[in-house]
Amino acid sequence: MQFGIFTVGDVTPDPTTGRTPTEQERIKATVAIAKKAEEVGLDVFATGEHHNPPFIASAPTTTLAYIAAQTERIILSTSTTLITTTDPVLIAENYAKLQHLSGGRVDLMMGRGNTGPVYPWFGKDIREGIPLAIENYHLLHRLWREEVVDWEGKYRTPLQGFTSTPRPLDGIPPFVWHGSIRSPEIAEQAAYYGDGFFANHIFWPKEHTERMVSLYRRRFEHYGHGSADQAVVGLGGQVFMRKNSQDAVREFRPYFDNAPVYGHGPSLEDFMAQTPLTVGSPQQVIDRTLGFREYVGDYQRQLFLMDHAGLPLETVLEQLEILGEEVVPVLRREFDRLRPAHVPEAPTHASLLAAARETVEVPR
Amino acid sequence: MSRARTIAVVTAGLGRPSSTRLLADRLAEATDRALRLADEDVVIEVVELREHAHAITDNLLTGFPSGDLAEAVRVVTGADGLVAVTPVFSASYSGLFKSFFDVLEEGALEGKPVLVAATAGTARHSLVLDFALRPLFAYLGAVAVPTGVFGASEDFGSNASGSLAERVDRAGRELADLVLRRPASGRVDPFENPTPFEQLLSGG
Repeated sequence: MQFGIFTVGDVTPDPTTGRTPTEQERIKATVAIAKKAEEVGLDVFATGEHHNPPFIASAPTTTLAYIAAQTERIILSTSTTLITTTDPVLIAENYAKLQHLSGGRVDLMMGRGNTGPVYPWFGKDIREGIPLAIENYHLLHRLWREEVVDWEGKYRTPLQGFTSTPRPLDGIPPFVWHGSIRSPEIAEQAAYYGDGFFANHIFWPKEHTERMVSLYRRRFEHYGHGSADQAVVGLGGQVFMRKNSQDAVREFRPYFDNAPVYGHGPSLEDFMAQTPLTVGSPQQVIDRTLGFREYVGDYQRQLFLMDHAGLPLETVLEQLEILGEEVVPVLRREFDRLRPAHVPEAPTHASLLAAARETVEVPR
Repeated sequence: MSRARTIAVVTAGLGRPSSTRLLADRLAEATDRALRLADEDVVIEVVELREHAHAITDNLLTGFPSGDLAEAVRVVTGADGLVAVTPVFSASYSGLFKSFFDVLEEGALEGKPVLVAATAGTARHSLVLDFALRPLFAYLGAVAVPTGVFGASEDFGSNASGSLAERVDRAGRELADLVLRRPASGRVDPFENPTPFEQLLSGG
């Protein structure tokens, strides 16, 4: 099982000091966080994509390439890549390039974005969100698999005899996850291609996740990619830990109360009961996280949100140390012990390459 | 006999006791009577918005209904008919009343028969039914019955012709008629019956 972190790249004032980091501080902090994630033994670092303040998450492949150059092992991913408003030709090029530079340490997660004006800023119509996600991804899927593409669709200029360069590393396209909170069409899309499905999971009651994952698994089997329990599922999570749970709650509360997404709404205690948010001891995080498989089944990837709502960098780095040293080793062992042998790990470049070679070498 | 018809009653009165709740109960009774005359079983489910005021605000901020509010939303969206009653605040429905309908999922009330009603201190506010409540439910795709019921304080002490009791009765009958003419509510669940991908891909 893969464990990692995902970030939205928000530039948020620290509510305990009133200080807002500069854009450059936040960008550099993002890099430091990714390097720390590798150092403490995590498997995945994923960045979001936003095109408006107060975020610094535009140009994701620039950030990921810079991190790739300073790391050895960690998989670089997105959370999410805006398949609706980004030209699929650019996505094909940028992420194939990143594959070559990082030695295949790339996958990505498609999403539609949640900022209304992004659509008109990029010349699109938000009411076409789902059809855009479907058509654009279909083109991207072909660009990575067909040397020469002829294309005509509704949402971009036609392509005649187009070859996207560089070609995917070793001819293996990056593995793709599709993220959605509650659109059944996206679960259906992930199932159709046999891609992964990622449930954001945080900020929402588990029923949303349960319903989406169950649909995805059922349709994954329907489209002949394997049994429902072999479908590739990822989940988000959000945690804050201290040795004593009371200390964790006391320290995190001002960040919670003023957070951009849910701040000034429900209490920390209510939100912990209603959503997967866990603020407490490492053991409480372990117990809660192990409980996720009870409603989504055995899954392949767990990403945690660790760095939002204005938490200072040094706190985030401490949190990553606790996560990497005290939580993830236990989760890894327990999830591995619980998972039946026929349930696969998440695909990586190496595993996809090995599978492709096996297919080619089978004598007929 | 078929399954019981469910009538959800949403009332936004804040007082205890509340004249809005009093009117809501009378409308529910009238609807119940009319449905039983047609030999139907009836279940009346009352949603007092005051009890969900905090959860409604949380829902506006978080995007999802929690706990008892989630159950109230299920009751209202699953009902065969709806009685919606608000006090008049500043020349319109109350903010709490509007916020409840703001947090429902898009399309949640499409085609649902609804009886609109309001209360205020004086009858000078009575057009709020036609200038505020009807446009709201028209936007939500609900089907409002012809008679809306406005209860001013003075109506609770009057027996004149065209009295509150008569209007309540007529409105209840109209809601019952609409509920009876409508097949039992059954929206397609996109999680049970997803649109096949080939259809999505071809622009379906």
